[in-house]
Amino acid sequence: MREDGKMLRVSVDLDLCQGHGVCENEAPEVFEVPKKSKVVVLDVSPPSHQWEQVRQAAKYCPSSAIIIFEGDL
Amino acid sequence: MPSSPRSVLPKLVSGAEPDFGHLQELRTNPIGLMRRLRDECGDIGKFNLAGRDVILLTDSRANEFFFRSPEEDLDQSEAYPFMKPIFGDGVVFDTPPERRREMLHNQSLKDKFMRGHAQTISDEVDNMVAKWGDFGKIDLLDFFAELTIYTSSACLIGKKFRDNLDSRFAQLYHDLERGTDALAYVDPYAPIESFQKRDAARLELVKLVQEIMDERVQPSRGRSDSLDKASRDQSFSDPQERDMLDVLMSIKADDGSLRFSADEITGMFISMMFAGHHTTSGTAAWTLIELLRKPDFLQEVIEELEKLYGGGSPVSYQALREIPKLEAAIKEALRLHPPLILLLRVAKSDLEYNGYKIEKGDLVGASPAISNRISTSFSDPECFIPQRYLDPRADDRDNPWNWIPFGAGRHRCVGSAFAMMQLKAIFSVLLVGWHFEMAQAPESYQNDHSKMVVQLARPAEVTYERRR
Repeated sequence: MREDGKMLRVSVDLDLCQGHGVCENEAPEVFEVPKKSKVVVLDVSPPSHQWEQVRQAAKYCPSSAIIIFEGDL
Repeated sequence: MPSSPRSVLPKLVSGAEPDFGHLQELRTNPIGLMRRLRDECGDIGKFNLAGRDVILLTDSRANEFFFRSPEEDLDQSEAYPFMKPIFGDGVVFDTPPERRREMLHNQSLKDKFMRGHAQTISDEVDNMVAKWGDFGKIDLLDFFAELTIYTSSACLIGKKFRDNLDSRFAQLYHDLERGTDALAYVDPYAPIESFQKRDAARLELVKLVQEIMDERVQPSRGRSDSLDKASRDQSFSDPQERDMLDVLMSIKADDGSLRFSADEITGMFISMMFAGHHTTSGTAAWTLIELLRKPDFLQEVIEELEKLYGGGSPVSYQALREIPKLEAAIKEALRLHPPLILLLRVAKSDLEYNGYKIEKGDLVGASPAISNRISTSFSDPECFIPQRYLDPRADDRDNPWNWIPFGAGRHRCVGSAFAMMQLKAIFSVLLVGWHFEMAQAPESYQNDHSKMVVQLARPAEVTYERRR
């Protein structure tokens, strides 16, 4: 999503994901972790009001599997 | 990557003895051996374990190769022969990542169960310190090893089972952990004292579990009275709640008898508790020791905790949230004193790293003890500097393949979030309520590296005094 000339994109390293589910608790509209499975990104470029949640999800991911790209357009 | 014809064998580190290679050095000074290997050979080299080559990889690039390798290349299941006599037959040391993810969900390590666990842990710490007077002395190994037996059994197996345990279980469990001499790479049943004690302790643990099982099948009157009393004394637990032992005992064979014997169930419980026990216990001890060596930072941590808990907020709530300075101290204790100093796999095919050949059947290792102190990743690598994790610095996240106290990649410790929460809960209770001091010279606290499971060397004592 483009906001005021800024953008944020979400990607995950599925090699590293272990399905802890921290991200879906932090940002439920962006991440889903189905039972016995790895993370699914529901929205790779979420709206800006969810960015802080997404940053928290990346920060607290126990396996550091979430990668965020933030930048200017 | 399959090996190309031009690749060469990794260089052998100096100091090999006839027949046994570097086995004796691994049993006495493993970190010295691995450090010399890195100095002499670079990021890939080898040492020899009684005729078997162990390829040691260090630093980011080699670690990433190690941790990203799939099972088909580097397999964990046969890499730790010293664990088999501890777990017993029928319990595998490690499972494929696919199965591990399932276990993560089944074993309630998932994020949504953490709050309940945090409450359980803070109750267990309260329970331990309830036995203390206003001042006294504790042995850090004894104290944290017993505490973490209670926390891991309560969280992973169930409070009902935990309430059947006392300090005997912790002592026997300690004998199991001591039974991890690297001599197991030659013969896991060699006639040495630590292996004999290991086997005796396992038999005793099976006996304890058998008694608990008998009691559940047919509660005797006298015994159940005392159990009722025990559960009243520990009012935080709900003895009616079904635990994993109830679940395992509800599974029947075709003839109606129990599907799992006490021996098998004991093996399962030992293995479930193993990864989270000596690791958390040792990290708790080292966090406290390092903080006592750095009283200024300890004071900052105490002020941080007093601010957090001043309003009466429960530990179960705060332990799941940020406690930046305490977390930084724990992370730095983990970096300097990683509970596992050598992570091993077995090469399942011929592989190649950076022009070096790794042959099928080789043991392949990565070393948190070495990589956590690489100077290109960590400034002043030998010093306890918790500030390296405080905003804006994040030495752990900035070096994902060198900051590896929990391993990395697909085999990364699935209990790391649980462990951090547990350590935060433990110190929230201990540091707010008690003042600690070293009872011996600061540099006299050491690890004992004579076993593959590293433990604090005795004595490791501190004094405590109740805060007013």
